[in-house]
Amino acid sequence: MNLTLKIWRQKNAEAKGKMTTYQVSDISTDMSFLEMMDVLNEQLIAKGEEPVAFDHDCREGICGSCNLQINGEPHGPDRGVTTCQLHMRKFKDGDTIVIEPFRAKAFPVIKDLVVDRTSFDRIQQAGGYISVNTSGNTQDANSIPVDKESADMSFYAATCIGCGACVAACKNASAMLFTSAKVSQFSLLPQGEVEADRRVLAMVEQMDKEGFGNCTNTGACEIECPKGISLENIARMNRDYLKASVK
Amino acid sequence: MAKSALLKSSLAKKYWMAFTGLFLCLFLVGHLFGNLQLLLPVSEMAKDQFNEYALFMTTNPAVKVLSYVTYISIIFHAIDGLLLTIHNRKARPQGYVNFKPSTNSKWSSRNMGILGTVILAFIVIHMSMFWAEMKFGGLDDTLYTTANGEEVKDLYTLTIKTFQDAQYGLLWAIAYGVAMLAIGFHLSHGFASGFQSLGVNHPKYNGFIRKTGYAFAVLVPLAFAVIPFYIHFVLEKI
Repeated sequence: MNLTLKIWRQKNAEAKGKMTTYQVSDISTDMSFLEMMDVLNEQLIAKGEEPVAFDHDCREGICGSCNLQINGEPHGPDRGVTTCQLHMRKFKDGDTIVIEPFRAKAFPVIKDLVVDRTSFDRIQQAGGYISVNTSGNTQDANSIPVDKESADMSFYAATCIGCGACVAACKNASAMLFTSAKVSQFSLLPQGEVEADRRVLAMVEQMDKEGFGNCTNTGACEIECPKGISLENIARMNRDYLKASVK
Repeated sequence: MAKSALLKSSLAKKYWMAFTGLFLCLFLVGHLFGNLQLLLPVSEMAKDQFNEYALFMTTNPAVKVLSYVTYISIIFHAIDGLLLTIHNRKARPQGYVNFKPSTNSKWSSRNMGILGTVILAFIVIHMSMFWAEMKFGGLDDTLYTTANGEEVKDLYTLTIKTFQDAQYGLLWAIAYGVAMLAIGFHLSHGFASGFQSLGVNHPKYNGFIRKTGYAFAVLVPLAFAVIPFYIHFVLEKI
């Protein structure tokens, strides 16, 4: 496959970026999108040019590092996959592919396609944990009965890898899907229920502080989420927050 | 913390949006039933009935309270919507070169602000045409006594004549039709969205809420839109 790539190049956080066009040839349809990017970078290095910076780590779709806006959609046109699991067979020979960083005020660009997502870490730090006494007589977690449905729902919420596709897809750059998944994974379990009120209030407060937009229920996040995190989590957070704030 | 959470947070804005929006859905139903009286064949009885209803709606204390809640809801819904839209624009200062939201969301869900602005403009025009005339003395010289002995203003004749006007009647009917189209699209997202914002989401009921929302979004604005066209084309000229 021969492809034309239009890629956002930005030297550093302060620099003004611009779209730059590159050509890549002989791309195998079996390559992952990031392998195609590797080919491009090898070409650039051979020519003595600066390679394109992009985030990646496990390349197995589980770490949440890779995050490219491909042809107007986070993680590209395929559903339920991260950028690293997107394969070139989803494209056609001669295609032009537009590659941009995830755009949000709370995700400032560091370089090229790499954005700073520590705003997600700060939301998590604000309340995404449970307090456990570790003085030496910690209770075995399995001694607390959990019904199967709650355990499953909590697990589904916990599959969120924090990649930021929800924010990137949302026309309002809202982080509600991420935050609600991180609230739900705890609030659905007895271990997390104890601090549920404090958690939801603190995490939403931090989410607002970071400058994310407001949820208008367009549902774009759920469609684009590589892990299929459901809007049900947002409704659950809306409920939990309302309950916690009237107390 | 909890108090400011319910007033200032992003979620609080959503609750108020949902709450006022769903209340206004109820208002639409009430308003529609009143308006349907305009479909009655032209007669003294139809005129008296509508004018007595209009008098009741402007003087009854309970209705007055409800109407003030409605005015406040409209204003609050509009201001809250404006604030949300401004804040949301700020959340992405640099946009995408290529953005394809049509692949993952519906047009109406992404354009609630524009639809809402059209609706607000319609409300202002609509109220200045009829409500203000009724309220601020424009109809004072039309006072008459109905068969039931009630002294009423003749809002009925003003309404019928507006849409039967040879020059502008059809234009008004079309303008009202367009406004109802905007309300329809606004409701097609807003109805179900209101429930989601208030946390009402369950796989068992989501389908029902969504379908009810679509039915509401089609039937209510359609019934409203039929009225001016019916007055213009079908109803006997007065």
